[in-house]
Amino acid sequence: MPETGNTGTTLGDTALPASRKPEAVPGLALGLMLLSAGPVVILMLLIAVLSFLSPYFLTGRNLSNILAQTAVISVVAMGQHLVILTRGIDLSVGSNVALASVVGALSFHAGAPAIAVIAVMVGCGAAVGAINGLFYVFGRLPHPFIITLATLSIAKGLALQLADGRAIPGMPDAIDALGREAVWGLPGSVFVVAGVAAVLFVMAKTMVWGRWIYAVGGRPDAAVRMGIPVSWVLVSVYVISGLCAGIGAVILAGRTDAGSPLFGNLLELDTIAAVIIGGASFLGGRGHLGHALIGALMIGVIRNALNLLNVNVFFQLIVIGVVIVIAVESDVLRNYLEGRVRVMQAGRQS
Amino acid sequence: MSAIAANADHAVTADHPVLAVRGATKRFGSVLALDDVSIEVRRGEIVGLLGDNGAGKSTLTKCISGVHQLDAGAILLDGAPTQIRSPADARFAGIETVYQDLALFDNLTPGQNFFAGRELAWPQWLPRGLRFLQQRRMDTETRVLLANLKVTLPRLDAVVAMMSGGQRQAIAVARSTVFARKVVMLDEPTAALGLRESRQVLNLVAALRDQGNAVILITHNMEHVVELADRAVVLRQGRKVGELVPTKDNKQELVSMIVGA
Repeated sequence: MPETGNTGTTLGDTALPASRKPEAVPGLALGLMLLSAGPVVILMLLIAVLSFLSPYFLTGRNLSNILAQTAVISVVAMGQHLVILTRGIDLSVGSNVALASVVGALSFHAGAPAIAVIAVMVGCGAAVGAINGLFYVFGRLPHPFIITLATLSIAKGLALQLADGRAIPGMPDAIDALGREAVWGLPGSVFVVAGVAAVLFVMAKTMVWGRWIYAVGGRPDAAVRMGIPVSWVLVSVYVISGLCAGIGAVILAGRTDAGSPLFGNLLELDTIAAVIIGGASFLGGRGHLGHALIGALMIGVIRNALNLLNVNVFFQLIVIGVVIVIAVESDVLRNYLEGRVRVMQAGRQS
Repeated sequence: MSAIAANADHAVTADHPVLAVRGATKRFGSVLALDDVSIEVRRGEIVGLLGDNGAGKSTLTKCISGVHQLDAGAILLDGAPTQIRSPADARFAGIETVYQDLALFDNLTPGQNFFAGRELAWPQWLPRGLRFLQQRRMDTETRVLLANLKVTLPRLDAVVAMMSGGQRQAIAVARSTVFARKVVMLDEPTAALGLRESRQVLNLVAALRDQGNAVILITHNMEHVVELADRAVVLRQGRKVGELVPTKDNKQELVSMIVGA
């Protein structure tokens, strides 16, 4: 723990026996460290245990399979993560994927080249995101839950209407290639995920925009008073979330060679779960992209393992629900421990 | 181009008020929170703003810092009427505020808090949000600033959620020194602090004045007013009811002005 230089003094109003505090703090610090490393440790343990339970689990083919299956959740969860960082939620991502894939399929059948089909899908996703963000901020809605719930319904209905309720087979070859093996036995979609992660990582970590996201999530009212353009920061995260949904649609369309209004069913719940399980705080302002990716991977591994072990599909839902509860409770515990550290600091300060 | 060095540009000798508020009036529904209040502050001067709860002190500072807008009246900076429509406007004009609730970001480090909304970044031709953070420069300036102010923090890479009330208060006051060029307003900066921590914050307030800022200090503590303030302005029920030079002998007079007895 930090050296404060003068550990013996106490302030009049927080006086506790000085000798007890310094030794109490390292225990707390250890607890906090374990909690923040938690998701990675649990994922490692999960992998270790599963490779004993099933001989197929740790094969190259299966691991590549897991990555392919989690690609969509991963990409969309990264967008969801940015929204959750600002204390928001984006319920529309699943429907957004469906709508984008349908619009993409229709544009392909209208004769658009591959690059245009991709642009249409990503653009459609970003447009839905922009509607979410603009209505939430400038429509002065109390919470993004409401507008994204509305666009969940609207996008789904629109996708069903446009596709006449059926999947539309056929996608340009360039998009289908994402579903096929590319290099090192990995599907192309994995590289799309890596690319999106790299770009978002650089943006969130090194750009002023990224810092503003954390400020807005940490304390929205203070962000306004510090002159941060909070409205535009909020709009931007919903646009990015929609954009990620559009990219998710491209990946899913590539894997299935189709666009379908049934794509992305319950994807909003999977992505929110991924972000929370990965260790980002639902209270906003805390977490990084790695959390979203670890969480998505954990969901992928759990589903894959339960399949390999022939566990009933319904049981998967229960397991993932239980994992969510554990993740959220550990976030609560982390906040509590930090509060304790703060009290200790007050006592140690000179 | 150091943000801290910019403070050296102050013309400390100027005798005209750097901030003047004329006939400030503000209503919240049927409540008249400010009624024709005028105050002036000069460079290198600390003005104590006193009054009971609900007297209009916080409303006045929030109007000056752009959180609220005046219904009537004018704010003059260096003699020129200035429209302050948002907190960003106020900070751009050189007015810094230390809010009663500190307005700190618990999830950011002290350095990140100092530069929140004012990040050092490049290249200049890009829109502000798309520039790249100059993290090392900000870290260095943070260390220099804290050393100059003699503020010691346990560590600079920890988020402020982990720090004590006094440390947080010191961070909030120190933040205002980074960019203050004209006016600093502090809303009860010592309200929740112990003796030793209060002393540290009061030293910071004096440092702000010595840098050539016009300082408005809201406090309930008469000792602090007598010790630090060059003048004291008293508000009661939204009106300015008095202004005097606080001394040990007229403390009682100040108190009776505040309570209206």
